[in-house]
Amino acid sequence: MSESQTEVATRGSGPGEPEDKTAFKNTSNNRNLTDKLFTVLVTAAAFFGIVVLAVLLVDVFRDGLPFVDGQFLTSLSSITPENAGVYGALVGSILLIVLTALITVPIGVGAAIYLEEYAGDNFFTRAVEVTISNLAAVPSIIYGILGLGLFVNGLIVPGMGPILLAGALTLSLLVLPVIIIATREALRAVPGSVREGGIALGATRWEVTRDHVLPSALPGALTGMILALSRALGETAPLIVVGAVTFATFAPPISPEALFGRYGALPIQIYDYIQRFRPEFKDELAPAGIVVMMVVLLLVNSVAIVLRNRWQARR
Amino acid sequence: MRVLLGALTLAFALVLAGCGGGGQQQEQGGNGGGGGGGETGGGGAASGEIAIEGSSTVLPISQAAAEGFQGENPDARVTVGGSGTGDGFEAFCGGTTQISDASRPIESDEIQACEEAGIEFVELPVALDGISVVVNPENDYATDLTLEELSTMWSPDSEGSITQWDQVRSGFPAEPFTLYGPGTESGTFDFFTEVVNGEEGASRADYNASEDDNVILEGVAGDPSALGYFGYAYFQSAQDAVRAVAIDGGEGPVEPTPETIADGSYPLSRPLFIYVSTQALDENPAVAQFVENYLANLDQYVEQGGYIALPSETSQLVQQRYESRTTGSLYNGEGDLQSGSTLQEALQSGGGSTGGGSTMMSEETT
Repeated sequence: MSESQTEVATRGSGPGEPEDKTAFKNTSNNRNLTDKLFTVLVTAAAFFGIVVLAVLLVDVFRDGLPFVDGQFLTSLSSITPENAGVYGALVGSILLIVLTALITVPIGVGAAIYLEEYAGDNFFTRAVEVTISNLAAVPSIIYGILGLGLFVNGLIVPGMGPILLAGALTLSLLVLPVIIIATREALRAVPGSVREGGIALGATRWEVTRDHVLPSALPGALTGMILALSRALGETAPLIVVGAVTFATFAPPISPEALFGRYGALPIQIYDYIQRFRPEFKDELAPAGIVVMMVVLLLVNSVAIVLRNRWQARR
Repeated sequence: MRVLLGALTLAFALVLAGCGGGGQQQEQGGNGGGGGGGETGGGGAASGEIAIEGSSTVLPISQAAAEGFQGENPDARVTVGGSGTGDGFEAFCGGTTQISDASRPIESDEIQACEEAGIEFVELPVALDGISVVVNPENDYATDLTLEELSTMWSPDSEGSITQWDQVRSGFPAEPFTLYGPGTESGTFDFFTEVVNGEEGASRADYNASEDDNVILEGVAGDPSALGYFGYAYFQSAQDAVRAVAIDGGEGPVEPTPETIADGSYPLSRPLFIYVSTQALDENPAVAQFVENYLANLDQYVEQGGYIALPSETSQLVQQRYESRTTGSLYNGEGDLQSGSTLQEALQSGGGSTGGGSTMMSEETT
C-alpha cells in the first residue's frame, strides 16, 4: 500500500518542475543503456554454452571421426591397433544404461510421487529430502566403493561378483537422487488446482496422480531422467572400482545372460586406450572411441527430446 | 498414460526378476575381499572363464596371449586387467583370478596369504624387461648414472634434502630436478627400489607417482630437468620423446637394449612372471589350454607386448617347469633367488618349495 502511494506522489510532483524533467531524462538514458548491456551479457552467457559445445564437437569429430569405421565398431579390444575396436564396450555401455533406466525410473518416480503427493510435512520427510539432496552431491567414486562393498563383495547378502548387474545397480544408486529431485521439481510445477479439482470430483489421490498430475509432469521429469542417465553413461570411476574390464575376449551377449557376466564400458575403454604404450591407441583409437560415446549420448538425448515432444503434443 | 504405467510396471517386474536371478549367481561370484579385489574377481571357475589380473607391465603380453588363444578357441572367455602386481596377488590368493601377472616375484606375505587360502601356484617366468631410466632429450649432461647416483636421487634419506642435479654428481648443473615414477602397488617400483636403494619399497616419497606409465612419460617429456623410470616397452615406443640413461652397475655404463637386457648386463633387467593356480589348472580345462598356448607361442606374444624374449634354454626350462607342475617360488619371498645366481640356474635346480634359502640376487640385477 505504502509503495503505491509513494509512486503516486513522485509521479504527481514530477512533471511540475523543469529541473526534475532533465533529471528524469538522464536516468532513463542510463537505465536504457544498462538494460542493453545486460541483454548483451545474458545473450553472451547463453551462447557460451553453445560455443563450447560446438568447439567440443568439432574438435572431437575432427580427431576421431576418420578412425571410426565398421571394423572399429565390430571389433573387441586388442593388442594391435589395427584389430582393436569398441564393440564389447559399446554393448556393455548400452546394456548398463538400459538396465540402469529400468531400475531407477520406477523407484525414482515412485519416491518423488510419495514425497510430493502423499507425504505430509513432518520430520521424517524433511530428513528424507535433505538426505536425497546430499546424496545427489556425493562424488561418484564414493558410489563405486559403496557398490563394491554392497553388490560385488556383498556387505549384507553374498556378493554377486563383478558382473554387469552389480555395475548397473551401482550406477542406479548414483543417478537415483538426481532422478528423484528432477521428478519432484516437475510434479511441483503442476498447479495445485488440478489436484483440488480432481479430489473435489471424488477421485482418489492415486487417480488424480495417475490421470492428471503425472501426465502433466512427465515432459519435465523425462528431461531430468535423461540428463541423469547421460551422466551414468559417462561415468568412469565407479565402474573401475566395481570391476568393469578393459580387455576381454568376448562381448556381453544381448540376452539376460549378460546380466551375470563380466562387461566393459565405453568411458573406461577410452581411458584404457589412452594409457596403452603404442601411440596409435592414444592418437587414433581413443578419439574414435570418444566419437562413438558422443554419438550414443546424443542419440539417448534425442530419444528423450522426441519422447517429450510427442507427449506434450498429445496433451 | 496407461501404456506408460504398464511399461513401468513391466520394467520393475523385470528388474525384480533380474535381482532374483542374481541371487542364484551369488554363490559363484568373487569374494575378492579388500581394496583391490574389486578390480578383479572371476565370474566363476567352473564356467570356463579365465580371469587374469596383475602387473600393468606384463599386461600387454597377457593381452596378446588372450588374443592368440581367442583366435584358436572362439568360445574362450578371457579377461585381462592391469591394476598392479600387489593387487593382482591379492585377488589371486583370494581365489577370484586363475592367473596373476607379476613384474616381481611373489613375496613372503603373499605366499602366506595363498597358503592360508589353500591356493598353490606354478611360477612361470615369461619375458625379460629392463627398467628404463629416462630423462628429457634436452638434458645433455645426465648421459649415464651409476646405481649409487640413482640411489642418491631416490633413497628415503634424500627426501627434501637432495633436490638439485649438482648434488647427484659434481659437474651437473645446479638445477632442481623433478622425479616421476610408478606408485607403490607397482612391481616396477618394488624392483627398482630393491636394486637401487637395497631394500624393496624403500624410496623417497616426494616424487610424482602414477600407476599410469603415460603420466610418467608426459611428465619427463615436458620437463627438461625431470627424470623418471618405467618398463622397457614404454620406453621403446617413446624414444622420440625421452632419452634413456645408461646405467653403471660397476662394470661401466650400459644402455637398455634388447641385447643388454637379454644377456643380463643391463643392471636393471628383470624377469616378468605369470602365476597359475594349480587348482584352476585341475578344475578348469580352459586354463590349462590357455597356459599351454601361452608358452607355445611365448616369443611371439612377448614381442607383441614390446618386451624381450627369454633365451631359448631358459624358456625350455620354463616349459618343463609347467609340465611338471612344479609349485612354489624360485625366490625366497624377498626378491632373491633361492638357488643359483641366474634365473636359468635356478630353473635348472628346479627350485620349488618356498621356505629357506637366501642366495643373493642374481648377477643380472646387482
